[in-house]
Amino acid sequence: MTWQRLAYFAAALGMLAATVLPLSSEPTPSLLARPIVLTAILLTTVLYAGAAFVTPRVSIAVTFVGVALGCGVTLALLRDDAIASYATSGIWLPVVANWGAAWLGVAKLAAVKPRDKAAPGTIDLAIPLLFGAFIFYLWEVAVRGFGVPLVLFPAPSAIAVRFFDSLWMLWQDFFQTFILGMLSGYVIGCGAGFLVAVLAHRYTFLGRGLLPIGNFISALPIVGIAPIMVMWFGFDWPSKAAVVVVITFFPMLVNTLAGLNAAGHIERDLMRSYGAGYRQTLQKLYLPAAMPFIFNALKINSTLAFIGAIVAEFFGTPTLGIGFRISIEAGRMALDVVWAEIALAALAGMAFYGIVALAERVTTFWHPSYRT
Amino acid sequence: MTRSTFSAARPAEIRWHPTFVRIAPVVVIVLVLIAVWYVAAVLMNLNLVRGAFERDDTPYTTGQLIAGTMRAERPLLPAPHQIVQTFAEDVFGWPVTSPRSLVYHGWVTLSATFVGFLLGATFGIVLAVLIVHVRTLQKSLLPWIICSQMVPILAVAPIVIVVLGAIGLRGLLPKAIISAYLCFFPVVIGVVKGLTSPDPIQGDLMRTWSATPAQIFWKLRWPSAVPFLFASLKVSITISLIGAIVAELPTGAQAGIGARLLAGSYYGQTIQIWAALVAASVLAVGLIGVVSLIERWVAQLMGARS
Repeated sequence: MTWQRLAYFAAALGMLAATVLPLSSEPTPSLLARPIVLTAILLTTVLYAGAAFVTPRVSIAVTFVGVALGCGVTLALLRDDAIASYATSGIWLPVVANWGAAWLGVAKLAAVKPRDKAAPGTIDLAIPLLFGAFIFYLWEVAVRGFGVPLVLFPAPSAIAVRFFDSLWMLWQDFFQTFILGMLSGYVIGCGAGFLVAVLAHRYTFLGRGLLPIGNFISALPIVGIAPIMVMWFGFDWPSKAAVVVVITFFPMLVNTLAGLNAAGHIERDLMRSYGAGYRQTLQKLYLPAAMPFIFNALKINSTLAFIGAIVAEFFGTPTLGIGFRISIEAGRMALDVVWAEIALAALAGMAFYGIVALAERVTTFWHPSYRT
Repeated sequence: MTRSTFSAARPAEIRWHPTFVRIAPVVVIVLVLIAVWYVAAVLMNLNLVRGAFERDDTPYTTGQLIAGTMRAERPLLPAPHQIVQTFAEDVFGWPVTSPRSLVYHGWVTLSATFVGFLLGATFGIVLAVLIVHVRTLQKSLLPWIICSQMVPILAVAPIVIVVLGAIGLRGLLPKAIISAYLCFFPVVIGVVKGLTSPDPIQGDLMRTWSATPAQIFWKLRWPSAVPFLFASLKVSITISLIGAIVAELPTGAQAGIGARLLAGSYYGQTIQIWAALVAASVLAVGLIGVVSLIERWVAQLMGARS
């Protein structure tokens, strides 16, 4: 435990450095002219030092209050034009101190053995969220402190501003790429893959022939068909949907076929002894057994489909869409727009994946992986 | 035993050789697909060829029309033999250094794929080792790595190229970084799974021998992670190839398979696009084959019985 105490003292000292070391290479008024910031710095120092002496649980809370305050202080100081892009050790040492304190807090949080049953889920969710929030803080501080030009790397705050300024444009791009292009192709491709898999399972000859071919094609760089699809179906969304159909078809086929074959001999014999027909066996045995595999394919396809829709837009679009906007704005060096589109794509991708994962939980709650 | 007596009771049933049972359906379906392709080529190119005949005011027969669909210069769907012919011409018809040779373009893409794959695999292995050993990282970083794959990373490709270009990095490296970004994920997941795959009992045994953490890693965890590593590497090398091809698209690259696709789509050279696709597929199959070979070799070195 002693090294943790030492680390906390180091963090407190690093925070205190803001009051002694120069904040900027440019002349700036002393911290006495900013009483609120000075108080916050001293308070953070006290919190970091105090966290070394209290019980672990209290210490976690104290640490994170301190980190929030410390981050706020450095961000507030960097709002000053004379400090931003000229920041020196007076800024960087507190930033490092915050980083160390946040690491200590997360490490303690990860070691917590929860008393009640609801807590592990909350902690498992809180840790990555805190970690992510801190990464954004470091990004913001680094961009502002070093004065990185906007055309190279915009700060998260600039991206957020751009995001909320251009919500209408983002919505139009989202609708074009995600709803029209990707979702329709995803539904058709996955549906067709599923139906062919059921057929291939019913007629063994077809299955024996299709499985190696499907495996082979799944390993090929199919996104390359994008220019052909654009040639066949035009610039608008049908060509994107067509690319997505082809990309999603084979993973779905291969996985569903594997899932339908996953039902064991004993279960099949049992269904026979019940005198169940093919339809009943399919409905009661094969499909439920295939569900985990089908969801696996749906998850794989959710990423593949999005990539396919965006790549297809590189070959021509009706001046709309996420991929189109990204390639155009990157060429014009408007990187904040590009990052806003990426944030949109990330949110949409994660939400879509989350919905599929949720559906999986609801549908295959009986699977061993959910019965811990 | 029961199976053979069962079939002996029904002598009418013919028993085929197992290899035949495995190969025959594949061959039949491939043949059917090729036949469907030819029919589709005739149907899709019909209007094109008819239009050409009518513009020249030359009389034509149905036979000539169908023959025309097989030889069209810019068909909507080229016939398979046209693709094979163009592919062979592009591969063997030009010196390897000529920008008209597919070997040249393939090499450009392949070199980016290799560098990206090496970067991505190394990064993935290091990350996996860190994740397995540092509990805080496992809890905080792993969810973000999974999230990073929900993001369509190819969307980032143009920025990576613009930003790196502004710093002065051009050519191979930006492409390699994009393919590394795409292909590190399977490696991380596979190696984490592999490193944690030994039974707790085996770890306890190592501790009773008072093995150091380094010894536990090199003698227990790493060897049991190797099969998982190779399974992931096979996935990630194709992803790396896709990354290298796609990275050539938004940049207007001059060389590479992606550039071939782009040029073909600008000038309506459909056969060229298909030939480039064939080249990409050949590369993908070859790369997986190379990784499988290395896997076998490593397995032999590690004393696996084949």
